[in-house]
Amino acid sequence: MTATKAEPDPSPAPQPGAPEKDERVKEISGFRKAMIRPELGSICGTILVFVFFLLVARDSGMFSAEGVLNWGVVSAQFAIIAAGACLLMIAGEFDLSVGSMIGFSGIVIALMSVTWDFPMWVAIITAFIVAIAIGWLNGYLVIRTGLPSFIVTLAFLYILRGLTIFAAIATTNKTIIGGIRDKAEGDWLAALFGGTILKDLFVWLADLGLIGKFVAGSRAGQPIVDGVPMLIVWALILIVFAHVLLTRTQFGNWIYASGGDAQAARYTGVPVDRVKILMFMFTAFCATVFATCQVMEFGSAAADRGLLKEFEAIISVVIGGALLTGGYGSVIGAALGALIFGVVQQGLFFAGVESSLFRVFLGGILLLAVILNTYIRRIITGER
Amino acid sequence: MSTPLIELRDIEKHFGAVIALAGVSLSVHPGECHCLLGDNGAGKSTFIKTMSGVHAPSKGQILMGGSEVKFGGTRNAIEAGIATVYQDLAMIPLMSVTRNFWMGREPKKRFGPLKFIDFETANRVTMEEMAKMGIRLREPNQAVGTLSGGERQTVAIARAVHFGAKVLILDEPTSALGVRQTSNVLATIDKVRKKGIGVVFISHNVRHAMAVGDRFTVLNRGKTLGTAKRGEISPEELQDMMAGGEELAELEGSLGGTV
Repeated sequence: MTATKAEPDPSPAPQPGAPEKDERVKEISGFRKAMIRPELGSICGTILVFVFFLLVARDSGMFSAEGVLNWGVVSAQFAIIAAGACLLMIAGEFDLSVGSMIGFSGIVIALMSVTWDFPMWVAIITAFIVAIAIGWLNGYLVIRTGLPSFIVTLAFLYILRGLTIFAAIATTNKTIIGGIRDKAEGDWLAALFGGTILKDLFVWLADLGLIGKFVAGSRAGQPIVDGVPMLIVWALILIVFAHVLLTRTQFGNWIYASGGDAQAARYTGVPVDRVKILMFMFTAFCATVFATCQVMEFGSAAADRGLLKEFEAIISVVIGGALLTGGYGSVIGAALGALIFGVVQQGLFFAGVESSLFRVFLGGILLLAVILNTYIRRIITGER
Repeated sequence: MSTPLIELRDIEKHFGAVIALAGVSLSVHPGECHCLLGDNGAGKSTFIKTMSGVHAPSKGQILMGGSEVKFGGTRNAIEAGIATVYQDLAMIPLMSVTRNFWMGREPKKRFGPLKFIDFETANRVTMEEMAKMGIRLREPNQAVGTLSGGERQTVAIARAVHFGAKVLILDEPTSALGVRQTSNVLATIDKVRKKGIGVVFISHNVRHAMAVGDRFTVLNRGKTLGTAKRGEISPEELQDMMAGGEELAELEGSLGGTV
């Protein structure tokens, strides 16, 4: 700091008891300060990925309205489940049953609405209630038994998947149940999960020539992209909600504390058990949002939906800078992790690269992210 | 003497067939530092956990300000003004000093129906309180993990004092610290005592206890061996009582009187 002589000294006499400057505390550089943000890795990753695909696949239509929608939807799917997984992981627990929960919720909606002929909104609400109850059970078992959540939710990964396939076969003799689109027609709640918003805006943009129009067929004259899918809207809502909850509220402080050191948190009066169980329920809620949007989009539910989604959620969260041990992480980071995921998965397709390489990329970036996170953890905790 | 802030009479605690405490009594007056000494396994931890509401006593009475109280849990005890600072579990290292300082009592600001943490107030108060205790923070968002062991203890003590603790229980605050940090923590204890707070200082280090203690109670095998005032007892006598006398005398002989 440079002192200007003209200005009066802002701090006159030091207060009694004010500590002297400790000569051993190094002033931390701005660069290092920027380093110790959980989002750092994912911000760099996002920039790298976009630069890469702008160079490689700019002419492939990846960055036209259609292309953006394409990878935007995929990223939003990852982001929805990553938002739940992120808060749960910061609270110090894992949920490996997310993928099975997606399949399960989808089949519940299909069975209730198509097979048993309930109104769609009843089916959707039932799916949410059942899923959140299972989330509660997951959390309750983890807290009560003191077992690692890894094991308890691994059990539910199999239990839920098995029940889903069994329920579908036992009632309809099929593992795919269709006919949902007809049932959802005109339903107020279904409209919140399927379809698009801002249609007028997109028609206007198409009239301006910013978005292409269909030139032939029954939809000739309409814009190719007719609006923002509800899936993307849900992803944004969940990201903002989870981020504000985590960083700005008392409950968020408790989430960090529960994952950082559960016993220390308990000693200061934080209801750790309640926090953790609520986070399991939130994860189940996010999985069901994903499932409902997917069912509305495809018009069908399948018992094998959501396979491996639990790991993709965890990888997004880890790319976003969360520690596997809990107590540290960022929802914005996790959302960027999901974006990286979506852009790369779809971008490889646009760039004409063999899509199996996506998994190689995934493994590689996961490893890099974990190494970077461990390094950041050392800096913030001062461990050597 | 005035009424003690807290008084525990003939506390017994049984865990199944194990008698962890077999009649322990102790009282703490305002502005006093009462040292609770005892070797490992003497029942110090069980006793302070009873005091801070973690365990309910099997027998005996707890009196605060002269009337009997029963704690249903740690929250009860905290509300009654009993704050406990545990040796390793005082703070959460990955979280910032501010977040740790306000843990469980976050100041809130309203935005319509929503309540958010008032970080402006929280940060300002944290910096002020840290300065009073002689800790210079780079910034309130600094992670607790970057502080030394002694500083962490001090932050925990400052937190307890700020939130109106009447009785402050310190569980071996100096046992893992170096010389310089230990004297900082002992100085902090002295500051706290001068505010009229009763301090219960648990230690098995007689020298640390002698440095700040006003009264000394020695626990051995779940029983109180007696309470002595400052000046009435020598460090050697305390050491002997803690270890149960004879055995240590023998050991001391073979080690040339260094223990």
